[in-house]
Amino acid sequence: MSARLPRKRFYRARAHSNPLSDSHFPVPICPSDVDFASHYPPQFSAPVVRFADVGCGFGGLLVALSPLFPDTLIIGMELRDKVTEYVKDRIHGLRATNPGHYTNISVVRTNSMKYIPNYFHKAQLSKMFFLFPDPHFKEKNHRRRVISLHLLDEYAYVMQLGAIIYTVTDVEELGDWMKSCLENHPLFEAVGEDDISTDPVVKLLISATEEGQKVARNGGQTFMAIYRRVPSKED
Amino acid sequence: MEEGLIEESESANACTDEAAPALIAVHPTESSVVVAVGSELRVFDLRGDSAVSPLDDLGGPHHSASIRAVSFSSDGELFASAGDDKIIKIWKTDSWNCIRTVQSEKKVSAVSISQDSQYVTFADKFGVVWIVSLKEDRDTKAVPILGHYCSIITSMKFSPDGKFIATADRDYKIRITVFPRNALKGAHEIQSFCLGHTDFVSCLAFVCSQDQSKGLLLSGGGDLTVRLWDYISGSLLFTCALADEAGNLEASEIEENDKRAVTNICASSDGSLIAIAVQSFNGVMLLSCDLLAKTVSFVKNVSMEKSYIPTSLALVSSKERLWTVMGASNLTSSDLTNNNQQLLTRVRIISFLRKDPLDSCSRDSALLEDSEVPGGEKLLMQLQGCLDAAAQEAAFAAAAAAVRTSLQNMMIKKQYSVERRELRKRNRNDKKIKS
Repeated sequence: MSARLPRKRFYRARAHSNPLSDSHFPVPICPSDVDFASHYPPQFSAPVVRFADVGCGFGGLLVALSPLFPDTLIIGMELRDKVTEYVKDRIHGLRATNPGHYTNISVVRTNSMKYIPNYFHKAQLSKMFFLFPDPHFKEKNHRRRVISLHLLDEYAYVMQLGAIIYTVTDVEELGDWMKSCLENHPLFEAVGEDDISTDPVVKLLISATEEGQKVARNGGQTFMAIYRRVPSKED
Repeated sequence: MEEGLIEESESANACTDEAAPALIAVHPTESSVVVAVGSELRVFDLRGDSAVSPLDDLGGPHHSASIRAVSFSSDGELFASAGDDKIIKIWKTDSWNCIRTVQSEKKVSAVSISQDSQYVTFADKFGVVWIVSLKEDRDTKAVPILGHYCSIITSMKFSPDGKFIATADRDYKIRITVFPRNALKGAHEIQSFCLGHTDFVSCLAFVCSQDQSKGLLLSGGGDLTVRLWDYISGSLLFTCALADEAGNLEASEIEENDKRAVTNICASSDGSLIAIAVQSFNGVMLLSCDLLAKTVSFVKNVSMEKSYIPTSLALVSSKERLWTVMGASNLTSSDLTNNNQQLLTRVRIISFLRKDPLDSCSRDSALLEDSEVPGGEKLLMQLQGCLDAAAQEAAFAAAAAAVRTSLQNMMIKKQYSVERRELRKRNRNDKKIKS
């Protein structure tokens, strides 16, 4: 019964993973080296991924986005091996139980802080998600945060003009950090309140993710920063 | 027992005072030559035919640990040196006086001076590139402008037109970043990534056509290839694999598990002459780049004596001379120091003679004997530390081994077996405290 959905308790994993350690999993040399065709069924010939959920965790957002954007290819990126396996099995299970659906989502195990440019061409992505990332409270560990001024350079590189970056956290300190990184980056501009309120994706940031549901259950606060990729203001 | 073994090999890796290879840099018009070995900067003024001691009238600290990076500005007026002592010193080359000493928070792995000589950039061991403006007052601090995510930056070069800065790292990447007019605000716009190397990238060199309309980038790395890139688009134009050329060398003894890596590259600006140094290869490989056909081809090997494996190269296009140096610092034994405890290096020069003045690609190369070296004995005495460096074969063999080991330790990704990973997890410190 491979069609059955996987159960989380068989995929127990650590809550954290060190993004600084040398990777021992295979890493594609360049974007054309990534075999995206094996991730999506053949109806997507020469697949081009447009959305990336960085640190997708157990894949709640992927599953929620899939029916909303049936023609858009979405990839989840996760560093923890077992969690990636869970998401893979979850997607396979969903595809088997709902034929024709959930064909546009998939997951790769990778360290996105090191290898984003190995997966995507320049200006390929139209949405990037960073939901409930590891807060790394200690100052000496701030360089392990997935949003930083320098890493935003790389995210800006793979995002097309007008593409949206979504960040959300339940940790106020991290929320402030992510907001200030995006605010101080010349290639990003805050998305206006009007656009946020009409964006169907925004609601999913909290309701669709396991972490978001946990926060909602506990009546916690969330801190969002949603920014748009803009051209360089130089010249 | 197994655990003991692992602990041992780990503590060996943890040794931070790795041997640093000796470096050489030559003024663009060959008016002076600098060899950096350990914390020493050895300068010889070829125009004045005399040894020079760099001075710091401002009273800044001198280098106190291995110098890891040196660079002349393209006009030759400035020179920058930096390394493990976390200071960057910027020198005026007419007087060899230090005009600025900049503090870094971390050890420095690469240094470069912008084409307009207004900025000095340096890369620290966390992969962050910092910039210092030379325009403003003496006290301006370095500010970070870009970062390779916690990867060692091995080479950093400005494009000939000054519009881009190229950085290469241990994670197989070359990043081309737009160098903005107000660079102090950071360089956030990435022009391209040049991806294709299948191991660490060790060195970069820009080449361009004479009218500067078409610039290309050369890179060498741990996969024993030299690659040619259109750096504007990031596309790989040509890969020159050198495994055969390096393997056929009779003179070189290839040890088992020996990683053959391109360690250094330099190229004439038109690309017609490319020289590379290869790990464990006693000599220099010459290549040639055809900018129109976008190809790189092997020309020939210039072999040197068995123990001479150059650690650094510098090409002076205008004089058709390639300067090479070999040596290392931080050796555990005193192998490479003579009685005065001075670090030994050896300098060798290859001179290129054009066969046909109209054909820039055909050249004869000649390895200069010590008696033929420009600057003669005085230069050798200053740069090598002694005259009979050639006789110290054992010392140089030790240096070659040390440089090889330190390169391995720094550049090669640690690969642990599944069992070892499990063992490491079991021995995690946080777990130990609990139990």
